Amino acid sequence: MKISKTNAIEVQNVTKIYGSGESSVKALDNANLIIYDNEFFTLLGPSGCGKTTLLRLIAGFEDITNGRINLFNEELISLPPNKRPVNTVFQQYALFPHLNVFENVAFGLRRLDKNNDFVIKRSNEVLELVQMQDYALRRPNQLSGGQQQRIALARALAPEPKVLLLDEPLSALDLKLRQAMRVELKTLQKETGITFVFVTHDQEEALTMSDRIAVINQGSIQQIGNPEEIYEKPSNQFVANFIGEANLILGKCEKTGINGICKLQTGHKISINIPDKFNKDDNLTIFIRPERIKINKSKGSSLSQIQEFTYLGNAAHIELLSNGVSVNATLPIDKVKNFKKGDKIEIEFPKSFAQIINT
Amino acid sequence: MNIQGENKSRNNLIGLLPLWIVMGVFMIGPLIVMAFVSIMESNSYGGIHLKFDLSGYRQILFDTNLFDEMEFNPAYLIIIGRSFLLAVAATIISLIIGFPVAYYISRQKDSVKNILIFLVTIPFWTNLLIRTFAWIIILGKDGVIENSFGFIGIIGDDDSLNLMYTNTAILIGLVYSYIPLMVLPIYSSMEKLDVRLIEAASDLYSTRINLIFKIILPLTLPGIIGGSILVFVPCLGAFIAPDLLGGGKKLLLGSLIQFQFAYARNWPFGAAIAMVLLALIVTILYLNARINRRHEQNA
Ligand SMILES: Nc1ncnc2c1ncn2[C@@H]1O[C@H](COP(=O)(O)OP(=O)(O)O)[C@@H](O)[C@H]1O
Ligand SMILES: [Mg+2]
Repeated sequence: MKISKTNAIEVQNVTKIYGSGESSVKALDNANLIIYDNEFFTLLGPSGCGKTTLLRLIAGFEDITNGRINLFNEELISLPPNKRPVNTVFQQYALFPHLNVFENVAFGLRRLDKNNDFVIKRSNEVLELVQMQDYALRRPNQLSGGQQQRIALARALAPEPKVLLLDEPLSALDLKLRQAMRVELKTLQKETGITFVFVTHDQEEALTMSDRIAVINQGSIQQIGNPEEIYEKPSNQFVANFIGEANLILGKCEKTGINGICKLQTGHKISINIPDKFNKDDNLTIFIRPERIKINKSKGSSLSQIQEFTYLGNAAHIELLSNGVSVNATLPIDKVKNFKKGDKIEIEFPKSFAQIINT
Repeated sequence: MNIQGENKSRNNLIGLLPLWIVMGVFMIGPLIVMAFVSIMESNSYGGIHLKFDLSGYRQILFDTNLFDEMEFNPAYLIIIGRSFLLAVAATIISLIIGFPVAYYISRQKDSVKNILIFLVTIPFWTNLLIRTFAWIIILGKDGVIENSFGFIGIIGDDDSLNLMYTNTAILIGLVYSYIPLMVLPIYSSMEKLDVRLIEAASDLYSTRINLIFKIILPLTLPGIIGGSILVFVPCLGAFIAPDLLGGGKKLLLGSLIQFQFAYARNWPFGAAIAMVLLALIVTILYLNARINRRHEQNA
């Protein structure tokens, strides 16, 4: 799917401070990002990092402390929530308990004074889209969590917003349903072409669903990129640790350049691209994913001992101790079938997958 | 599990014993006495003869003429009807004023809220009689209102607005007396309202008016109904405001009942009217309970 590069949302130098004086909380600190039209964009970060705050600023539920937010090149901040062509799927759904499913879905259309025939046609259409047409006359409290979630989605989609904001919409569902809904949401986004801004603290959810991801920590945006970039080329140690599993190993620079050499505390001497801004003997932190580590058949000088061996079916997760430094490796099962706890093996850090990540 | 459960319910019964005693002595007891009095023969010196007689009830609809014949007499029905209309009007006015007040209070900061709620309850700290007298000073001839109207020249010096001794005066007195009972239950259901529903509604293009009529009003309905009953019931039987502000010119139910016991010495008739009043109120409470149950099923 090719993404047309119209800017749907521009977040420019946005700061949000709750409260004042001693008790004030800086929830967002000079955040900048651009979300393109038709994009499935995810805000990912640990709980309390400011994801909901950013979403609420876009929706208009909070006043911005500083900065500006544009929607299709129009300043948003001066508009109240009911004038913004964005709709929200709330974390706890917030369905109207006194209205039936149909009226919940029709709510936005009715407020927009659409004619009744259109309201009925469109509401039914959206109910069908989320496969809930048979439940039109039920009350929200007569629905399961997953069904309520679909209605919340339908309600937000019905007025055909330019941007749909979703605040951890799947977090209240059980695992099976959550996984099914991931696929459905993604399909829905592609079918409708509506820009999705999706909030989650679940990195797997973010990686599987998003076109692009913004990783946030403590109110600051750490990195923006597509799932592969975020996973393979984390821009700092926070991102490396937060997304997937990471080995961060200390070492010393022995030679800079494209064919640089770094001596790790594990005892390994590895070949790695070391930019010229570093000098010989600088301290370096090397990042490598556990599944990128390889076993070297020929026994070298530095032996690693298996501390823990976890069978994962098609792979095994191995905790190693190399020269007093702990290293995690995930290896294909056929490569490690014969190993057990206590065995000594030799590992290797392939050049193309190891990178310097000093901050 | 089961045994524990039984123990628990027995403990509950014992724990609730004081409540049952209080209810019995102060509520059910008087009710039985009143029902009893209403079916006895009246004693013209006050009190009753211990003799079964339904004339208390008959008197509500029929009079005995000079020839000892029964004659339909609508006078008391008119009083009941008038009381009913006044109580309905007082309830509606209280609602129209009380709802925005409750809404306003619920939207303030916590510290401000507590002060405002305290202010709402302040009238309860003085005696109703005294507070109603205050209205005579405000509404009466040469009272606060007439003087200020005269001052800005809307009325001449010797004109009177004739505010006192009208249904309007009674209404003002009733609304003033009971409006806190409207504000408090509505406020309490507004406090329970999930703010995310309000946010969801504004997100879905609701104007402020939409919010009030499509979300807040329906979802605070239990509070509105509760408040309406709390205002309507005492208004129906009120006699202080009607006597003092209405001048007793137009008799209302409360005054009528009070009159039967204090002056006319027709206890059974007074008790019979009180029973009719009670029947009216119980019917309304029953209807409310049904509506509430429906509402809960939806929530
Ligand atoms: N209304 C509020 N008042 C004060 N602090 C708040 C408020 N809402 C959120 N915060 C604080 O702002 C920070 C970010 O919160 P939030 O945006 O909800 O994080 P997330 O959605 O990523 O979990 C947290 O420290 C939180 O405690
Ligand atoms: Mg959140």
